[in-house]
Amino acid sequence: MDQKTPQKIDIDWTACQGHGLCAELLPDHITLDEWGYPLVDGGSIPPRTLKRARRAASDCPVLALKLTARGAPL
Amino acid sequence: MTTTTTTTFTDVYMSPRLLAPGGTAADLSTHELRYGPLSYGDPDTLLRTVAESGLTGRGGAAFPTYRKLVAVADASRRTGRAPVVVANGAEGEPASRKDKTLLRLSPHLVLDGLQLAARAVGAGEAHLAVEDGASYLESALAQRNDPLPVQVIRLPKRFLSGQASALAQYVSGNAPLPRHQHPPVRERGVRKAPTLVQNVETLAHLALVARYGADWFRSAGTPTQPGSTLCTLHVPGREVRVVEAPFGLPLNRLLPLEGTSAVLVGGYHGTWIPAAEAAQRTLDAGDLGAGVLAALPTDRCGVTETARVLRYLALQSAGQCGPCLNGLPRIASAFQTLATPGPQANTRQDVARWSGLVEGRGACHHPDGTVRLVRSALTTFAAELDTHARGLCTASDATPLLPIPNEAH
Amino acid sequence: MSSEILWYANRATGAVCLVLFTVVVLLGIAVRLRTRLPGLPRFGTVNLHRTLSLSATAFLALHIAMAVIDGYVNITVVDAVVPFVSDYEPFWLGLGTVALDLMLAVLITSLLRERIGHRTWRALHWLAYVSWPVALIHGIGIGTDTGTDWMTWLTVSCVAAVTAAFGIRLAHSARDSRRTPAALLRTAEGARS
Repeated sequence: MDQKTPQKIDIDWTACQGHGLCAELLPDHITLDEWGYPLVDGGSIPPRTLKRARRAASDCPVLALKLTARGAPL
Repeated sequence: MTTTTTTTFTDVYMSPRLLAPGGTAADLSTHELRYGPLSYGDPDTLLRTVAESGLTGRGGAAFPTYRKLVAVADASRRTGRAPVVVANGAEGEPASRKDKTLLRLSPHLVLDGLQLAARAVGAGEAHLAVEDGASYLESALAQRNDPLPVQVIRLPKRFLSGQASALAQYVSGNAPLPRHQHPPVRERGVRKAPTLVQNVETLAHLALVARYGADWFRSAGTPTQPGSTLCTLHVPGREVRVVEAPFGLPLNRLLPLEGTSAVLVGGYHGTWIPAAEAAQRTLDAGDLGAGVLAALPTDRCGVTETARVLRYLALQSAGQCGPCLNGLPRIASAFQTLATPGPQANTRQDVARWSGLVEGRGACHHPDGTVRLVRSALTTFAAELDTHARGLCTASDATPLLPIPNEAH
Repeated sequence: MSSEILWYANRATGAVCLVLFTVVVLLGIAVRLRTRLPGLPRFGTVNLHRTLSLSATAFLALHIAMAVIDGYVNITVVDAVVPFVSDYEPFWLGLGTVALDLMLAVLITSLLRERIGHRTWRALHWLAYVSWPVALIHGIGIGTDTGTDWMTWLTVSCVAAVTAAFGIRLAHSARDSRRTPAALLRTAEGARS
């Protein structure tokens, strides 16, 4: 993963089960809705948070949270 | 406020392009007599013509067809895998009949377009996805001498069957459930190959663009929205009709607006607009969606109609994504409360909150489209909602307007 | 070190492995059930499960090393990875080898989790539910202190805990699969009337 390309959080909603680890690891970027699912702010992840974001991606029990390059065409 | 004068309805809003006149299905010889022979030419020329024509998708998203074809071709070059082309005739939208009608009356236009699209992207595999029995498709195919054989795929009758990733999954042999869009279907679709999913109407237009050129295509419609489009018209007291009309045509030429309180534009993921506003509007690809136009008479309740549709949409959720699974049933149930005259408590706020929670938080756009309908209903029927809160309803006719499959009462 | 001491140390590490792997399985089920352990954040449960599984693996390595090094009975390195070919108690020892092989599959796929994707990882992780009982039966069959009170008590407790936890896990799975859009709509409509 290129350090210089801004990264953003991408959630595979078909996999997400509302475990909530991501909200614990990235409290400034993710909160949980009334059903336990993540509410993500859509912005780029600042470089100092990148390490924790990668941890959130690898710790997610169902690998639903991924980091993608910001601005990637959909 | 504009009042409409008595409008005469004919089925001819323009010289018909897609639908065989007289309402009878065209077999291959009739088709070739009517439209002339199809020459494939080289892919680059075809792509250039498509780009110049300004053809956009007729499946609801109105995405430029040229860009979609190029994206699939590029993905193919990058991955080294031959693309798959799927003609999408699923038409999961219950209020829409245009794709079924097109396939019945002009199957060869669609099949021509499918071959052209396959040629343009270098596809190795072609499928035609439909919902119904429609055995005439196999006989239509048997009459032809296509370079690429076409497999007809029959889908289960679900609202989301025609969703691109769900469709690609089904063609791959899995359950027709939407998948996470990274990577998108055009990069990784059927059996992980780049896949072009194109609405059957778009392919039919493509077949004509290839024959007659970009200028011909642009001779109808507007400079920013060229060409014609098929619409399904729902007018109470009349049979449901599919008509072909150019973009830019005023809506009041398609639907009678006197005696109408609101118009549903697009389909069940579309928007309700007040009749007065509809009188000022034209056929616009931006909000036409699945091409459904339904006129709600003044003596019927728009909130009740919307509640019926929302119940259907909630049941049609794939149930995979937490926000959609949790939000849509609650929104549907809340709207049932709003549709019942009497105390409403915090229902409107609940609906607004849940709408905000489901939007954009799913693998597909089912929750987004549902929220679009909800918000337009809350705006357009605001007066009726207030009336209901006071315990009254202005409607006198409880006859359902919009078709809901398998509706339980 | 005398053979006898090695032999008893081997039995001891075996018992420790039973306890550790039992706790690992229970923690794994806790993650699946989204259980919050008191005093720990959610990522704590996941981390404890992973950390403990590595500790358990280390103890298992010790257990196997002692069995191989010890000259009291003839157990070779090959017997540790290829089941049912040993001189000593080929069946009961072989079960231990099977349990090790399955556990290694689970461990390696877990370390490579992000590379192989969730679906593949999950399919192989189910082998943990096979590895644990096979290891347990290995312990019961090969143990010479199976008859002693404390070992019996320990074994029964572990079986009871895992059985109960697994039962809860299956019940949750069944309940989740019943949460369809139709069911949730019925609930929402019922709550309003």
